[in-house]
Amino acid sequence: MASKKMADGGLPVVARFEVRHRNYLAPDGSINRPLPAFASDANLLVSLYRAMVLLRSFDRKAVALQRTGRLGTYAVSLGQEAVSVGIASAMRSEDVLLPSYRDNGALLWRGVNPEEILLFWGGDERGNHFSGPVEDFPFCVPVGSQAPHAAGVGYAFKLRKEPRVAVCLFGDGATSKGDVYEAMNFAGVHKLPVVFVATNNQWAISVPLRLQTGCETLAQKAIAAGFIGEQVDGSDVVAVRAAAEEAVAAARDGQGPRFIEALAYRLGDHTTSDDASRYRQEAEVQARWREEPIARLRAFLVGQKMWSKAEEERLAAECHERVEAAVERYLATEPRRPETMFDHLYAELPEVYAAQRRELAGEGDV
Amino acid sequence: MSEMTLVEAINLALARAMEDDPDVIVLGEDVGINGGVFRATAGLQTRFGSERVLDTPLAELLISGLCVGMAAQGLKPIGEIQFMGFLYPCIDQLVNHASRIRNRSQGRLTCPMVLRTPHGAGIRAPEHHSESTEAMLAHIPGLRVVIPSSPERAYGLLLAAIRDPDPVVFLEPTRIYRAAKGEVEDNGEALPLDVAFVLREGRDVTLISWGAMLKETMAAADALAVEGITAEVVDLATLKPYDEVTVLGSVAKTGRCVIVHEATRTGGFGAEIAALIAERSLTSLLAPVARITGYDTVIPMARLEQHMMPSVGRIVTAARKACQFS
Repeated sequence: MASKKMADGGLPVVARFEVRHRNYLAPDGSINRPLPAFASDANLLVSLYRAMVLLRSFDRKAVALQRTGRLGTYAVSLGQEAVSVGIASAMRSEDVLLPSYRDNGALLWRGVNPEEILLFWGGDERGNHFSGPVEDFPFCVPVGSQAPHAAGVGYAFKLRKEPRVAVCLFGDGATSKGDVYEAMNFAGVHKLPVVFVATNNQWAISVPLRLQTGCETLAQKAIAAGFIGEQVDGSDVVAVRAAAEEAVAAARDGQGPRFIEALAYRLGDHTTSDDASRYRQEAEVQARWREEPIARLRAFLVGQKMWSKAEEERLAAECHERVEAAVERYLATEPRRPETMFDHLYAELPEVYAAQRRELAGEGDV
Repeated sequence: MSEMTLVEAINLALARAMEDDPDVIVLGEDVGINGGVFRATAGLQTRFGSERVLDTPLAELLISGLCVGMAAQGLKPIGEIQFMGFLYPCIDQLVNHASRIRNRSQGRLTCPMVLRTPHGAGIRAPEHHSESTEAMLAHIPGLRVVIPSSPERAYGLLLAAIRDPDPVVFLEPTRIYRAAKGEVEDNGEALPLDVAFVLREGRDVTLISWGAMLKETMAAADALAVEGITAEVVDLATLKPYDEVTVLGSVAKTGRCVIVHEATRTGGFGAEIAALIAERSLTSLLAPVARITGYDTVIPMARLEQHMMPSVGRIVTAARKACQFS
């Protein structure tokens, strides 16, 4: 490391930094280190498991809908279900989530209905007027551009002395953007209650991590912003949840922001519009399947007698039923009338645009 | 009532808004103890504290993005961008978030923010300090773009912008920050947005402008009066959405129109107004609509900037030509 070389040259070291890696469950479900306290709560672990399975089941159906022309472009969470679910599980409902477009697991956990997510990806803004916490942000499509919002939300919490936390999710690609650094830097200056989470799934569409950064970790990017960055095994939902719990509690307690890099792997294509076989080897993907989060937690739960084959079958049926019901409601939702595209453009539509709205509604010429 | 400069009127409106509403927050580079590079925020931090008047890191994208996050939480952030040439990193936030969060969340989240920035050339500033790219902003749906041309309107329009429930970019005419003086009463009364102001009534030709260019436009109207031509001068004031009724009403009366702006001509906001008149008022025209604008070039540095900007002479000539057209 550069600082060490300078020290060897007789110059004083003015700062040293470390990045920790957190993992509890090995890929086979065995325990690598003593589990955090919450892991003694079988109900909680099972609910995390159920949420991940629901997400995967939902994703599978969403892709099927897209392939049959009943849904627009869709981004699956395959392989990284533990991140959005684990993070969201550590939040309170009064906290504010600022998700990227791949964080369905967090939205579902926070009470967004599956049909609302389908509505969004089916091209209807009403999907963003969802049943989750009313102050949560909608999916952010321009990569990383929601990070400054998280800092603004965190500033509002601090100003009003509210014990709430803003949690901002994005991917590895976003950490290359100034938006994310600017937001982290500001959050560091004011010790804001913000938790930044990078799901490092190794691929930003076709660009691998090694072309995204020269850093050993993404977590170390927090160091430049003046706060702790931790790397967690993002395929180990216990590790994600533990890191999130700690970070959210510290932020709520006024200790300032935290950054979590969740190391995962995007087992699927970037979106339904992508074909990852163009740029990565199948062998690489297959190797990563051995680490995936759902089988890992299932192996642990089964080993601990917290989960059975019968429960697994019941869960599969439940997820199927829930997703099918959501699809039914989604497909039954009539499109909005065209002129409603002007609704909520301004608090009150200026008369000049009201005329265009009338034209669209077939109520006379502009 | 007291006489003050335009920048003092801005300062007065900011102080008034902060006094009236604890949710109003001022943020930007050097807005704190330094009071802003143009002194628009002078004294605010001393009066309202560093939590409500905060010096941000030097990051313009951040300033605009913070405003979106704060506004979604119900605060009323007023971000300052030091010069319009530094506004461009904010375009992503303005286009993708500020202007559409209400629409894309179907009213669940809103964005009552103001982004203030100095506008225009003519103060012999360094490179990138003399921009007038208001047409770029006026192209963004869901946004308001406002520019005052006097201390009184700066005070009233800024209060309106701050109280407006939607995002407003508030452009401040740098060249007349101190050159424009006028009586302003600190009565907390806002002026209406989306409304043009008729600064001078006339019968023969309509002169439409905004911001600092109203100075030359009014001087041109004086010169034309000497020749017996009475010019109606319209201060557009809000560019997005703009007051079509006042524009069309004036042109219907005079039959002639000269649009004046210092921004470059192609795709400038004058083109929008000319198109509106062509679409809706062609038969009332007695002469072609004329645009007197900055030239289609990069705004030159100090030695040449005066040559880029519309002069009183160019405006008078265009108006005279319109009146002589047959």
